[in-house]
Amino acid sequence: MKQPGRILLGLFCLLVAVWLVAPTIVVVPMSFNDKKSLAFPPSGFSWQWYQNFFTNPEWSASLVGSLKVAVVTAVFATVIGTLAAFGLDRMKSRVSGVLRALLITPMVVPGVVLAVGIYAVYLDTRLVGTMTGFVLAHTMLAVPFVIIAVSASLEVFDKRLETAAASLGATRLTAFRTVTLPLIAPGILSGLLFAFVTSFDEIIVALFITSPYLKTLPVQIFSSITRDADPTVAAVGTLLFIVTSLVIGAGLLIGSRQGKR
Amino acid sequence: MASPSTRGAAIDLKSVSKQYGSFIALDKVSLRIEPGEFMTLLGPSGSGKTTTLNVIAGFTEVSSGSLDVGGKSVIGVPAHKRNIGVVFQHYALFPHMRVSRNVAYPLTLRGIANPDREARVRKALDMVKMADFGHRFPSELSGGQQQRVALARAIVFDPPLLLMDEPLGALDKKLREWLQLEIKRIHRELGTTFVYVTHDQEEALVLSDRIAVFNQGRIEQIGTGRQLYDEPETLFVGKFVGDSTILRGAASTSGNETAIEIEGRKVAAAKRLPDGAKPVMLLRPEKLSLARRGKGGQDRNTLPGRIGEAIYLGSGSKYEVVLADTSKAIVRSTLDAETFAIGDEVDLIFAGSDVKLLADDEKADFTLT
Repeated sequence: MKQPGRILLGLFCLLVAVWLVAPTIVVVPMSFNDKKSLAFPPSGFSWQWYQNFFTNPEWSASLVGSLKVAVVTAVFATVIGTLAAFGLDRMKSRVSGVLRALLITPMVVPGVVLAVGIYAVYLDTRLVGTMTGFVLAHTMLAVPFVIIAVSASLEVFDKRLETAAASLGATRLTAFRTVTLPLIAPGILSGLLFAFVTSFDEIIVALFITSPYLKTLPVQIFSSITRDADPTVAAVGTLLFIVTSLVIGAGLLIGSRQGKR
Repeated sequence: MASPSTRGAAIDLKSVSKQYGSFIALDKVSLRIEPGEFMTLLGPSGSGKTTTLNVIAGFTEVSSGSLDVGGKSVIGVPAHKRNIGVVFQHYALFPHMRVSRNVAYPLTLRGIANPDREARVRKALDMVKMADFGHRFPSELSGGQQQRVALARAIVFDPPLLLMDEPLGALDKKLREWLQLEIKRIHRELGTTFVYVTHDQEEALVLSDRIAVFNQGRIEQIGTGRQLYDEPETLFVGKFVGDSTILRGAASTSGNETAIEIEGRKVAAAKRLPDGAKPVMLLRPEKLSLARRGKGGQDRNTLPGRIGEAIYLGSGSKYEVVLADTSKAIVRSTLDAETFAIGDEVDLIFAGSDVKLLADDEKADFTLT
């Protein structure tokens, strides 16, 4: 009786898995197409779109731009978000509830609304198309993710350990550095990754504030696909898919090793 | 290392109060603890004993009053500058550090480098019999082992004062009893002043030189275990320390004698209470004996009752006797004494000289949690 039920359940899980992953997987064969079209299935095999991605200055410039923005954003968002989460954690609960809701808003406000607002402000302040402009906007978008991730690990952090550290002679700053920080590090690290990814694949705000001088990868992908169905897009997609899989896999591995302790 | 007698710090609390909004956690508490003394703060939860400990440790600022440790005022001195060891009920070991690094932590903060640091860590771990566990993480240890490591961490920097907040509260009875003896031994070897918080009166009796009994933010009595048991000054102390039987009834005084009338019988005690106090009488279980109804001596105080509960303890028996006014008496008897069954009609017999006359107090009721 039990076996057929289990097989059926297994098949259903497989179906869901395929449904979730298939659209992502489709870009892999498309990236090896030998013709300049986004057809599926591809008609032949070639590496030319990968070659194009790395040699065409338009593509490599946008990759570098994206990485720069994402790295700086991730650092800023992580510092600001961690401090904010720490402050919220140590506040009176009524005040912190309101503040927390306020700090999370960039995540729930529709992206387009935010983008229009940012664009309007940037026009006046000449921030459109600048590094500063991108980092400011993306940091705002990424901070909520850091706050959520760090808050989650502060939630399970035993504050009494700080009291113990104080009794052993540690100032508040030393206690934070030697006890609190190492114990909430997994939360901070996952906040950092979230912040990086948030910035790296952000497109709505980027489309508004982009310029010929500073373009991010998503903007380049979007304009390339709307202009000339370039299979380089599929090659970029495949590369991003592999890199993110590796990063997330490594993250899970670190997480599970920490969990065992 | 200095000799034991000079190593402990004296503690002097004078009229210390602590308020949280309208709640008074400590109400003018005064307590002097001698250097090297083992002082236990005993009381039910919410009685102020942990608040007192937190005040001494510097985790809680006082609302008013003075606090001297080692002859110097520590009011306004932050916890990390007080150089006081603290052991917590929840161990509070740092989970990301191995045992040896946990114990080395206070030494590292004090700038003590190897090899001195390593030697002191080993010595502290030796003292708590955990020398073989230095490379383990706290999560790889049992509760009792973790608490011993926490103790080593609290004494490794030679503080003149060690505070312990219900350190054995999370452990089972056998382990608790064994660790009590270990703590006593360590206290003897170190000569440090120990201040120990517990709600377990038996633990307090086992460990302490003196006990301060707390109730509702005040100290009811300070004394040795024997003093508290034999000569309780308040009804609360009588009820909280050891088992007791409380007799209440219509009181009358004549000369230097007070009598209470219970179910038509008068029980007398040779003492007078200050005017206005309502007298109650307290009797310890071993001062009471039982006889079948009508078979007891005539020359002593007797009260009729019925056995409500009979408990075999191994070394003897404990009876709960329901008296005529439904109050309960607790009687302990030895193995060779006559045994009784639930429902037996008995007489409760005691000598008038064993009766403790105390003032009634509605604040004497407590709940253990």
